[in-house]
Amino acid sequence: MASEYTTSEYIKHHLTNASMCSTDNGIAFNAECADAGFWVWHIDTLGWSITLGLLFLFLFRSAAKKATTGVPSKWQAFVELVIEFVDDNVKSTFHGKSDLIAPLALTIFVWVLLMNLMDLVPVDVIPMIAGAIGETFFGMDPHDVYIKAVPTTDLNLTAALALGVFVLIVFYSIKIKGVSGFTKELTMQPFGHWVFIPANFILETVTLLARPLSLALRLFGNLYASELIFILIATVGYFQLPLHFAWAVFHILVLPLQAFIFMMLTIVYLSLASEDH
Amino acid sequence: MNINATLFGQLIAFIVFVWFCKSYVWPPLMAAIEERQKKIADGLAASDRAEKDLELAQAKASEQLKEAKAQAAEIIEQAKKRGNQLVDEETQRGHAEREKIITQGYAEIEAERNRAKEELRKQVAALAVAGAQQILEREIDASAQSDIVEKLVAEL
Repeated sequence: MASEYTTSEYIKHHLTNASMCSTDNGIAFNAECADAGFWVWHIDTLGWSITLGLLFLFLFRSAAKKATTGVPSKWQAFVELVIEFVDDNVKSTFHGKSDLIAPLALTIFVWVLLMNLMDLVPVDVIPMIAGAIGETFFGMDPHDVYIKAVPTTDLNLTAALALGVFVLIVFYSIKIKGVSGFTKELTMQPFGHWVFIPANFILETVTLLARPLSLALRLFGNLYASELIFILIATVGYFQLPLHFAWAVFHILVLPLQAFIFMMLTIVYLSLASEDH
Repeated sequence: MNINATLFGQLIAFIVFVWFCKSYVWPPLMAAIEERQKKIADGLAASDRAEKDLELAQAKASEQLKEAKAQAAEIIEQAKKRGNQLVDEETQRGHAEREKIITQGYAEIEAERNRAKEELRKQVAALAVAGAQQILEREIDASAQSDIVEKLVAEL
């Protein structure tokens, strides 16, 4: 950690996104965007997540292009392992026929996993490199260069994923059950009498909305907390080395688990949505 | 930590990624996996079939071997029998031949002896006549007493 910070400044610096907005004077960054309201872009979240997403697509596409039915290359074998893992989970949970669910689950799993794995990069490395680049090429104070390298610690990203899943939940509900079936599900359950329609509607709406909300907040909360602890550990001097190691080893379990949970719940929610009661 | 326009950016990125994965990543890989699974299943079935075929062929081969052995044994048996028969026949023929030769020999010897006997008899008769002539001198005419001589010869 850089010694010229106070601890709270250090933590705050590491937890601030690089933001970009357009003001009357053209494009502005970071502190100047403080009162830009909604139209602020977290360029670090967008940059890292899209880079990692493209990396995922590039790697898997390269395997797909050279896919052979004979003896597979090592990379193809690995990719097929991942695909079969996802496909097994989809098939055991989702009983309808859909050619969207499985690729969706694969994308979520691998993309979220890659983004989560950014958590294992030592917390100071990327901000220091970014600070050095900002200082050398743009003449900025490194303290004003913000970068948060783990995109899943940004609520915007997890909420965007959850929103996408939510839209699909509604889409599949209407597609399978029809508008009337979906409305009936929202109003006539759990109490099947017209008197209870308002109560039912409130309950079911809460149930429906809780799904994307819990998806977004679970991933965000887990990753934000683990990143925060990494940063806190980084403030304790030389004792941080074994602590970092232990915490990182623990996250070898946590990070794939969170990606898996996000994927699994997506499949479960979509299969619930497309099942007719 | 506040929600802002990044949400939309991420949502668009998410949709594009899922679309790309659904269109260009998942189908060829899944097709390859399923094709290979089918190939392996076919290969296993073929190997099962081949194993069964091999078993069948082995059984057939051993049966044929057994048959061939039996045939060979039968042929050898027949050959032995035929050999024995030949030896017997030859022996018999040899015996017969020997018997014939011996019988012939006996007959020849007999004939020779008879002839010799006849000769001897004639010579003895002649000798007797000559002896009697010498004993009786001229008093006895050989032609006149030829019937006596004949009787004598017959008695010898």
